[in-house]
Amino acid sequence: MHAVTQEAVAAQLREDVNRRKILDRVFVIVGLLVLFSALLILVILFLDLVRTGAPRLNWDFVTSFASRKAERAGILAAWVGTSLIMLVTALVAMPVGVAAAIYLEEYAPKNWFTAIIEINVTNLAGVPSIIYGLLALGLFVYQFQLGQSIAAAGLTLALLILPIVIVATREAIRAVPRAIREAAYALGATRWEVTRDHVLPYSMGGVLTGMIIGLSRAIGETAPIITIGALSFIAFLPESPFRSEFPFLSFAWLRDSFTAMPIQMFNWLSRPDPDFHMNAAAAGAILLGMTLLMNAIAIYVRFRYRKKINW
Amino acid sequence: MATQAISPQATAPDRSAIRYRKGRDRIVEAMLLLAGLVAVFTTVAIVFILVYESLPFFDRVSVRDFLTDTMWTPLFAEPRYGIMPLVAGTLVTTFVALAVAIPAGTLIAIYLSEFAPHRLRETIKPILELLGAVPTVVYGYFALLVVTPFLQQLIPGLPGFNMLSAGLVIGVMIIPYVASVSEDAMRAVPNYMREGSYAMGATRFQTATRVVVPGALSGIAAAYILGISRAVGETMVVAVAAGLQPNLTWNPTESAATITAFIVQVSLGDLPHDSIGYQSIFAAGLVLMVMTLVFNIAGFALTRRFREAY
Repeated sequence: MHAVTQEAVAAQLREDVNRRKILDRVFVIVGLLVLFSALLILVILFLDLVRTGAPRLNWDFVTSFASRKAERAGILAAWVGTSLIMLVTALVAMPVGVAAAIYLEEYAPKNWFTAIIEINVTNLAGVPSIIYGLLALGLFVYQFQLGQSIAAAGLTLALLILPIVIVATREAIRAVPRAIREAAYALGATRWEVTRDHVLPYSMGGVLTGMIIGLSRAIGETAPIITIGALSFIAFLPESPFRSEFPFLSFAWLRDSFTAMPIQMFNWLSRPDPDFHMNAAAAGAILLGMTLLMNAIAIYVRFRYRKKINW
Repeated sequence: MATQAISPQATAPDRSAIRYRKGRDRIVEAMLLLAGLVAVFTTVAIVFILVYESLPFFDRVSVRDFLTDTMWTPLFAEPRYGIMPLVAGTLVTTFVALAVAIPAGTLIAIYLSEFAPHRLRETIKPILELLGAVPTVVYGYFALLVVTPFLQQLIPGLPGFNMLSAGLVIGVMIIPYVASVSEDAMRAVPNYMREGSYAMGATRFQTATRVVVPGALSGIAAAYILGISRAVGETMVVAVAAGLQPNLTWNPTESAATITAFIVQVSLGDLPHDSIGYQSIFAAGLVLMVMTLVFNIAGFALTRRFREAY
């Protein structure tokens, strides 16, 4: 009698355990399913863009201005505008972001003032991008009188990606071991010398990765530059930055009005004519291709530097 | 004495070199601090600009009308300035987005943190994060020209612009944010807690849902808040796919404008600096900023409430 109950309990227990083990397996399948459907969406999205945009994906599309006729419209003004904006963004965000990160990691004393800067950086990362657009409209366009220009757009996107650059740089700096700093201090180097000659070179991989990720975010940002007042129909290029006579460089383009890749795509997308949707798909395929490429480069750079450094 | 052996003439230039290097250090430090202050300056400038530029708006429109009127038609001949329709549109798209992103993101996070082999996790995480890197206007295309036609087959009579498809696509967009931050929080749960659970005979699934998730709850809440902030502020997807007509409704299958879509719509026209249309986008931006802030403060309070000390 006693043995029978024991056996029954054991059987019951085994059944329980088996049921839970099945639950384990079911969860693995569900998890993988959700994960791969999310990734599948990315693939579908890219393929749909390429398939729909295929008739427009040719050299003429890259070298033509916008046009009222869908089949003749191209992205020349858009990609030139985007390139120049990215140039301004990179030239502003890189030095300011890296300098701020160096300050926070290597110089800042632990006090309430530093805490305020840190909280600000964290919060700025969560501010919706269109708010940056309103800031730029009120501040750069009207207060600083920059107008609806490439300079205003570049500065706006620089502010937008600043938190990304700062966070990535800080992480890279933090990964440099203390021993390296202490060795340099022991030889009489000042703090700046330690930072410039030892900490920064070692963290260059992280800095570059952060910069590329930041730019890949900026390149697709549409809302803030619409707010500034990017035009979507532009049939001329900004003034060339290069001159044939001295001083060979010109900065007049900074004040020029502009359009950009995402703006051009949005404009085509908001027309009811499906012919223009083809243009939008082609522009989207190029834009998405550039973003994915930049992210791939960032992953590669991180990988290379990680492999090269052996503390 | 050893110091006397070195002649003063030899040390003098060294001392000035040290003074120079120390002076340079101080200048560099000041410049670095200045760069750090850009972040503080940006925050102050955002608050200042939003308040300063919307003050003239609130001179013309009373705060009561702004909050209680049920129509938003600032560009019409007979303008009405009730922000509620825009807030409703924003909340509906956000809700739809969260209905996608929270379950999917949490499942993915649990799978990656507790079940996936190391190699798979390290490969899949950067790929998953690409979902968050896709330009939002491209997602707008996806919502308008891929998701909406598909949904129209399932839901007859669904308008070409609707909040449902916009919300679903935003949901997909924020999956990596929710998944990545939740996963970090789950991985921060110390291993001895898992081992204790396994030692009691619990399976992986039981350990994940009854030990790891409760232990990581504060981090998971932070991930959800991040997702909400993203969804509330998302602009291009709704501007492209949800329509630009303000519409006070809680039904996601209708078309309605969000706060962000309204700002885009006004910005596309060329409004003069002193027009009420121009001022109204700053008032709308202020509301958006306050909404984001409220969610973040609520999230902060929640994460503190759920914080576990290991």
